[in-house]
Amino acid sequence: MTDNDTTIKVLPVLTAKDFASDQEPKWCPGCGDHSVLQQLKQLLPELGVAPENIVFVSGIGCSSRLPYYLATYGVHGIHGRALPMATGLKVSRPELSVWVGTGDGDALSIGGNHFIHTLRRNPDLNVVLFNNEIYGLTKGQYSPTSKIGLRTVTSPSGVIDHPFNTAALTIGSGGTFFARAFDRDGKFLRSILHRAAMHRGTSLVEIYQNCPIFNNAAFEAYATPDNKADNTIYIEQDKPLVFGKGKNRGIMLDGFKPVVVDLDKEEFSTSDLWIHDERDINKASILARFADEESLPRPFGVFYAEERVTYEDALAAQIKEAQKNGCWTLEELLKGENSYEIKSAT
Amino acid sequence: MTDTKKTTRQVNVTSKTSVSVLFAGDSGDGMQLTGTQFANTVATHGTELNTFPNFPSEIRAPAGTIAGVSGFQLQFSSKPVYTPGARFDVMVAMNSAALKANLKNLHRGGIIIAGTEGFDEKNLKLAGYPEGANPLHDGSLENYIVFPVPILQLTREALKESGLSSKEIDRCKNMFVLGLLYWLYTLPLEGTMETLYAKFQKNVWMAEANIKAMKAGYFFGDETELFANLGRFDISPQKQHGIYRRVTGNEACAIALTAASKKAGLELFLGSYPITPATEILQTLAKKKKYGVKTFQAEDEIAGIVSSIGAAYGGALAATNTSGPGLALKTEALGLAVILEIPLVVINVQRGGPSTGLPTKPEQSDLFMALYGRHGEAPLPVIAACSPVDCFYTTYEAARIAVEHMTPVICLSDGYLALSSEPWKVESPDNLAEIKPRFQPAREPGDAPYLPYKRDERQVRSWAIPGTKGLEHRIGGLEKQHETGNVSHDPENHELMTKLRAEKIARIADSIPLQGIDNGPLKGDLLVLGWGSTYGAIKTAVEQALEQGYSVAHAHLRYIHPFPKNLGEILGNYKQVMIPELNNGQLVHIIRDTFLIAPKSYTKVQGVPFNEMEILTKITDLLKELKS
Repeated sequence: MTDNDTTIKVLPVLTAKDFASDQEPKWCPGCGDHSVLQQLKQLLPELGVAPENIVFVSGIGCSSRLPYYLATYGVHGIHGRALPMATGLKVSRPELSVWVGTGDGDALSIGGNHFIHTLRRNPDLNVVLFNNEIYGLTKGQYSPTSKIGLRTVTSPSGVIDHPFNTAALTIGSGGTFFARAFDRDGKFLRSILHRAAMHRGTSLVEIYQNCPIFNNAAFEAYATPDNKADNTIYIEQDKPLVFGKGKNRGIMLDGFKPVVVDLDKEEFSTSDLWIHDERDINKASILARFADEESLPRPFGVFYAEERVTYEDALAAQIKEAQKNGCWTLEELLKGENSYEIKSAT
Repeated sequence: MTDTKKTTRQVNVTSKTSVSVLFAGDSGDGMQLTGTQFANTVATHGTELNTFPNFPSEIRAPAGTIAGVSGFQLQFSSKPVYTPGARFDVMVAMNSAALKANLKNLHRGGIIIAGTEGFDEKNLKLAGYPEGANPLHDGSLENYIVFPVPILQLTREALKESGLSSKEIDRCKNMFVLGLLYWLYTLPLEGTMETLYAKFQKNVWMAEANIKAMKAGYFFGDETELFANLGRFDISPQKQHGIYRRVTGNEACAIALTAASKKAGLELFLGSYPITPATEILQTLAKKKKYGVKTFQAEDEIAGIVSSIGAAYGGALAATNTSGPGLALKTEALGLAVILEIPLVVINVQRGGPSTGLPTKPEQSDLFMALYGRHGEAPLPVIAACSPVDCFYTTYEAARIAVEHMTPVICLSDGYLALSSEPWKVESPDNLAEIKPRFQPAREPGDAPYLPYKRDERQVRSWAIPGTKGLEHRIGGLEKQHETGNVSHDPENHELMTKLRAEKIARIADSIPLQGIDNGPLKGDLLVLGWGSTYGAIKTAVEQALEQGYSVAHAHLRYIHPFPKNLGEILGNYKQVMIPELNNGQLVHIIRDTFLIAPKSYTKVQGVPFNEMEILTKITDLLKELKS
């Protein structure tokens, strides 16, 4: 063995089992959260990060119980405040892999202010936003992503608040990564979470997650084999926007307006279609707005990914610059820069 | 060198022990700068010093009005001074509003130096004087020594060939005043000259113009007949030799946090949101990057404290600073820090409340909130600083308690301490208490499982930070099972954990000093028990009462929760206890409740500190009452 060899630390091969904590998940049977947990447990060993260097931070809500079920470090905080807690942790310990588990109420309602500011600052956090369009833990009140008209215990006549568009909010806040996934498509979800983990900066992954108790089938339009193909579009880098049962429909840009075209007709071919480019913020913004237009399929995949310096790196660089002539001592601190000497008593 | 003792004419120089001066003018007149420069010169000269700025919450309130008056008060002395002076001996009034707002606090027979341009018709009207009335001429100031000086005109004359615009010239008028005061108190000009050259490195002509104005003021004193009868004054320096620096309370808090982090071997993280009068702590720490300090200006008060909790969880010395409204917003997160049992320093610089209240004025009305302002049973240590320099020692102590007892600590200051300043003999690192974080060491496979909420004999749990192998664990705001830290809704466990958390805080009393008597007999008629920024006024008043032969003592609390173990015993040594507070009576409730005694409450809720005369009067009244 040479000296060099000792510097290579071989991580033991870990499996999903190694990332399961000794606590039994207390989510309802059939809840989409189980699927997200399962995918995370599968994903974490693939990242090559030792469990002691991973921290899951959460707020309050069903989804925020996530840290308890993973055998990493975890903190379950207070409602809406997972993002600033994770930011403080990441800024002081940049070497850690910091994840945030949050929900539509936690992140977008009570934590809305932290949501927008975290995104613009861009600390390297992986944010998993479980969006079930309902408050589950408090038993079925409408959330800031609930659809207009939804009848809940607090909206007996139907919701009248216009819902947030998570993708548009993320991009509008200066976020550097937005992707959407779906609890029922585990393999795809895992690939998206992997992309999020690889992104340096705040990665926002919105997961459409079914609440079988209080908002069952909210995402049914994207779930059943019958309508899934026509209602969803899986976007891939450098690929044309194609969807439909026989991959026979496409999206074309008419100026800034997305238009669905029928590829079976000879008029259009895939070369006429919108080619996805996740580095293009304007296209990402249009994709984000698909959700507002019923005639358009709902996009899944990475909408937007931008390379931008992270908050903790920018701060570390400033500190490095301030310390370029060496670190300052406690003596110097106490003496200060404007001290003066009094020479004699009288 | 300007020989400040020599004059062109023979003017008497009278020795005085101490003088209190107020520089007052419009917010735009530069009075804070003038006061600060004067204080720096006095401090480096070696006299004792205490300063207090007093300014409106608006950056620029309407010019010329009472609302727009900005003042800087200082007392300098051959003896130790603990307050800026109950009343001032000298008042510089740049305009009529400044005179009107402050005259009540000028000693009878005191000196007024009035900038005559500020007493023109327009200014008199803005200050609310009746038409035709001018205090400089109508005899209403006959009990004072008034020096009307055409400050603006003289400054303009001095700088007419400076090449400065008339606006820039007019802005130098405060330097004229500064020079005049240096003459009056036989102080050197060199310190201010150095400062001006340093400040205007790139515009030397600007420095030179300011210096010219200052010298014009100095020589005006020398050459005019105006001050012939008054003469000049000399306050001889008495400070022990050594290295000193002048600090405000807010600066001292910032230095203490940095020092504590260095001493503990931890990185300092401050999560904060700007709020008057606490912001300078964030500003000062933002400039301490060379010490590795990380500051995070959060989007709101909640993110300020929560980011600090995140940093503390990661193993940093974490702190947040705020004032009343901000502390209210942080209370939910404080509950989290209590149940997580992690170290956190919360500095609350109190101001007049409730709500926005009096943002720039001091008050001690957050004591109840600090002690009780949380949901659930959430005890935490509360300590209070008593002087600008003590802000250093108290904040440092807050950090020590937080780290060694794994708890959030509230450190109380107020708007008076925050902005006041005094000289501080530079502290040696060796004199600072050790701060020993108790990190949980890594665990190897096969070792006993890690128990996050296992406690030592002081009921303190260990600090297990991410990155430590084998300690992966989950904690949070839900009630924890004793030792394992797993979520638990068990009724008996909740009661046990509630009591353990309280016991942990109560046991801090074992590691803090016993309460001492600051001044006066160990047994006697009256004990004046204070806390926080009332220290200077109480100390001065008790000193005077003792000189007058009264049986009175002064004790000042730093530790309010838990109390020092001997406090009850001390209170029992006096026939009466009097508690002065800048609130509607808060500590008095706690003392009554804890020790079942009936102390006298003496309160002031005016957004201004006590002065020593008020406290002295109260002491003598109470003692007379006690005797009859």
